[in-house]
Amino acid sequence: MYAKAQTCWTILRISLEERLVYRGDFALGTLMRFLPIVTQVFLWKAIFEAIEFNAAGAAGRSGDETIAGYSYHDFIAYYLLTMVGRAFSSMPGLASGIALQIRNGEIKKFLVQPIDLVGFLLLNRLAHKLVYYSVALGPFALVFFLCRGFFPGWPDATTLSAFFASLVMGFLLGFFLEATLGMLGFWLLEVSSLLFVYMLFSFFFSGHMFPIDMLPGIWGQIVEALPLKYLAYFPAAVFLGKVQGQELAVALWVELAWVAFFMVASRVALNRGYRRYSGFGG
Amino acid sequence: MSDRPSYPRVFLTFARNSLVRDMTFRANFLIDAVSSLSWMLMNLGFYELIFMSTAEIGAQSGWHKYEFFIFLATTLFINSLVQAFFMPNANELSELIRTGNLDFALLKPIDTQFLVSLAKIEWSSLANFLFACGLAGYSLWRLDFRPAPIQFVLYPIYLACGVAMLYSLMIALSSASIWLGRNQSLYDFWFYITNFSRYPMEIYRGTFGTPLRWAFTFVVPVLIVVNVPARLLAKPLAAENWPLAGFALLATVVSLLVSRWVFQRALASYRSASS
Repeated sequence: MYAKAQTCWTILRISLEERLVYRGDFALGTLMRFLPIVTQVFLWKAIFEAIEFNAAGAAGRSGDETIAGYSYHDFIAYYLLTMVGRAFSSMPGLASGIALQIRNGEIKKFLVQPIDLVGFLLLNRLAHKLVYYSVALGPFALVFFLCRGFFPGWPDATTLSAFFASLVMGFLLGFFLEATLGMLGFWLLEVSSLLFVYMLFSFFFSGHMFPIDMLPGIWGQIVEALPLKYLAYFPAAVFLGKVQGQELAVALWVELAWVAFFMVASRVALNRGYRRYSGFGG
Repeated sequence: MSDRPSYPRVFLTFARNSLVRDMTFRANFLIDAVSSLSWMLMNLGFYELIFMSTAEIGAQSGWHKYEFFIFLATTLFINSLVQAFFMPNANELSELIRTGNLDFALLKPIDTQFLVSLAKIEWSSLANFLFACGLAGYSLWRLDFRPAPIQFVLYPIYLACGVAMLYSLMIALSSASIWLGRNQSLYDFWFYITNFSRYPMEIYRGTFGTPLRWAFTFVVPVLIVVNVPARLLAKPLAAENWPLAGFALLATVVSLLVSRWVFQRALASYRSASS
């Protein structure tokens, strides 16, 4: 038990040191990632100005217009919060890295060494995220401070706890979902096209591009049923009080169920993949 | 026999070789084309969603649904051309510098900027160009007015100007990797900066918007890349637009000259990476 904990600590420490090498570039990159938000601020401002202008002309009123229940300020707060959600749930290079290790045979080291691939990758990713948050905290705090006027204020303790729970589960869901996709490399070898399709769907239907409750009719219902919404939309909607009470409790349980599902799916895929795997050469 | 290479013939050879390579991996070519089309369709879906809530983008800006779709088609025309002709080469350039393989390009009896800018063509990116033709045609048919013939003549000229301005920015940024060794952040910078060009310039107004609009029009002219040609086709000709149209021509020439200067300065600082 002690030896196992020591192994985990060593893996985490090495990964942390590895990630801290390019911290300056990392901080600059994080700050630049907020640039597209600037265009979103102006785009939604222009949209709401047009709506308010037409409403004022038609009914002599303006200022309280909403789209799918979101005011202009809600939209901007939503986009900023999805960036926090994505900071937890996005796993750049995880699935493609697993598929690459399967293809070039590097994966066999996990067959001969007493280290679990999923556990190793989880610790590695945890280290990456810890470094990311420590370096990105400055840029995030700066942007959120500058944009504080867009937020309705701090939510109550229950909502805040649900928000943090959704972020942590978002991290686990993102990890196990992408790990499962990467394990498909045991059967497909090349998964880049599949990953592109996943990235495409994830970008639009996780709520990264727009709040998914904007989608009308059957489209909205389909996207609501997918696990992708927990990667960006759900934490932001929780913070903004769009999901509350019983609905919030149910949604958190459903998210936990999705995490458990992909945890089992990645484990099954790994075990079956190992049985299927053949390594040749030195 | 002249020692000077025939640039059009060399370019045609590049185009043919790239097409042969793309056709060798036909399934990959199709997947690439379908992927970029799907990306575009999803974007179009997003804007459809926006226009379900509003009649135009910006109060009295004139960017109604089909005017904006012409704007979107213009973005697609320009981006697909840049992605097909220049993007793979700009990516390759920093790799050539890092590995020292730029030596081979320098030794060839042809202009180095021409060689490193056009050696590889990504034909699958032109799928979006075809999609843009359809989108522009349909949107023009749905517009409330019919553009004059002169607008159809000027439109491709300003599209070319837009491509030239983006190319200038791209080649200047990628040649900066000669000084920096690696320039991932600069590439990210390119994507984030060009993000500003994706919307009508009227949306940038107010305390922060007006200086931003000014900077991205007159300092780094990314805002006029799409805005000038899109406005030219989507809206009736108006005398107040001519100064900006004139400035776009000037900005194109200056961008090309500055990028050429940056490229040559960077080349002068190049030290081969290998022994």
